[in-house]
Amino acid sequence: MSPDAAIDVSNLGKSYGSVTAIRGVSFTVRPGEIFGLLGPNGAGKSTTLRILITVLPPSSGTATVLGHNVTTEADTVRRLIGYVPQERAIDRFLTGREHLELLGNLYHLPRRELRSRIDELLQLVDLGAQADRVAKTYSGGMKRKLDIACGLLPNPRIVFLDEPTLGLDVHSRLRIWEHIRQLRERGITIVMTTNYLDEADRLCDRLAILDGGVVRAIGSPMELKAGVGGDSVSLTIGDRDADVLHRLRDGVMALPFVRDARPTSTGLDIRAESPEKSLPAVLDVAHRLNCRVEGIEYHRPRLDDVFVAHTGHAIKGEYPDDGEA
Amino acid sequence: MTLSHYRQEVLALTMRWVRRLSREKFSMVFTLVQPMLFWLIFFGSLFQRAADIQLLQVPNYMSFLAGGVVVMTVLNNGLAGGVDLLFDKENGFLERMISTPIHRTSVIVSRYLFVMTITGMQILIILGIAFAFGVRLATGLPGLAMILALGMLFGIGLTAVSMALAFSVKSHGDFFSMLGFLSLPMIFLSSALVPLSAMPGWMQALAMVNPMTWVINAVRPLMLTGWEAAAPHVALALVILALFDAVCLYGGARAFRRAIG
Repeated sequence: MSPDAAIDVSNLGKSYGSVTAIRGVSFTVRPGEIFGLLGPNGAGKSTTLRILITVLPPSSGTATVLGHNVTTEADTVRRLIGYVPQERAIDRFLTGREHLELLGNLYHLPRRELRSRIDELLQLVDLGAQADRVAKTYSGGMKRKLDIACGLLPNPRIVFLDEPTLGLDVHSRLRIWEHIRQLRERGITIVMTTNYLDEADRLCDRLAILDGGVVRAIGSPMELKAGVGGDSVSLTIGDRDADVLHRLRDGVMALPFVRDARPTSTGLDIRAESPEKSLPAVLDVAHRLNCRVEGIEYHRPRLDDVFVAHTGHAIKGEYPDDGEA
Repeated sequence: MTLSHYRQEVLALTMRWVRRLSREKFSMVFTLVQPMLFWLIFFGSLFQRAADIQLLQVPNYMSFLAGGVVVMTVLNNGLAGGVDLLFDKENGFLERMISTPIHRTSVIVSRYLFVMTITGMQILIILGIAFAFGVRLATGLPGLAMILALGMLFGIGLTAVSMALAFSVKSHGDFFSMLGFLSLPMIFLSSALVPLSAMPGWMQALAMVNPMTWVINAVRPLMLTGWEAAAPHVALALVILALFDAVCLYGGARAFRRAIG
């Protein structure tokens, strides 16, 4: 355990009967960073988060938040953290201000301090004008802002956010990202779950990739992308048959700059170190084997590549625009 | 955890229930008006002629029914007492509340304060309506206090059952089917609408194991006859309710601990 870690998670496991939600989860969150738990639904992100905010007891392993054990010192942990649950956790019959008042009383803030703190927070999340309207009239983005204000109410040193931009439109997402970055600037440590790759990439300082209840990789988005090794070249091949693709793969793999190549439904995905040298050679092999190359796509490694490299499959629902919106 | 902290959180949580009810005007009116309008006035008038006054041993059916309606109101409020917690559990608000440094029981206590206050108010309204229809409380104000106390004691157990259900069910569909399954049979298999002596034997047997019957049998003489006739029934009801509450609170506490630690 590192003494100056904001959060230290060691070999954490949780199972419900015979179903294992997470196992062997270990990571450290540094003070002042935005730490992301990235993974598809059911990967164990929320389970991990809920153990850290003390509402779910772990089956095995330990977790400490600012040096306090989440099971044996739950009450201390609760005083030090703020929690921003998913947007649904709002009472539609209460106004924004009443939400904050209620929570302020649950954190036992003195009345006068509470009043000024609420005004300050409403200002911060830009919700002052709507503060006295009942929450059922709020848009998704406004609810999210209220959530964030609620999470900040106890003046926490660590804020936990569960899927902070799930189901929001593009504009609202950017606003929420901005708010989260502002929190980091105020010295607050952020732990958030997300299943959006672009969000993890652009917002998080460091990530733990979870899949099937297990941590597959940890690092900054840059480190993770570098770790994949090389850029990605996708070939689209016409008239593909398995045998030709197989020979193409073997031929490409034999090239010095190529790290990996795997057949896909449309052709071949290649990971190569320096594409300006490898690409001509790849095309040469294809030409020799009489493969009709219909398209070439080249890109620097993205977080999707990292995800595939560590889990063997693509994450579902990467962008809010496809499918969910 | 100091006492003033506890008071602060319980008060804030209770205010939330009050606010919710006051914002749901429609639901508020129906909650308050339904028992007296439907059961007392409609049912009372409807069965006035059909009821055998000889068998009831009271001047009219409505005065017989009033005691039953008081306890039915307690039943319905109690069984519905966990509904809001069920929704809180489903939408994550409960999790938000228990991620704060509150004492776990304050959520439950706030719910009790709210449900009991509403129930008490309704009992007073029902007795007021009955009064308007000529039913005079035979035991006066002390009797009124005793009726309220019996109602509260019954309500404590029922609300515990409802909250236990709310914490244990997988979906709110299950919750409401269980509620429907419990509520009407408990009313019909009790002495709320007819005296036990008017029931077929098997129904009587079932009504005898229904705690509601014993509460009604205590409330009714408190309203209609007087202390002397009521005292043994009241004593019996208190014993039965003590047992009933003990069982319900035990079950409720277990469900609560399993759900939120």
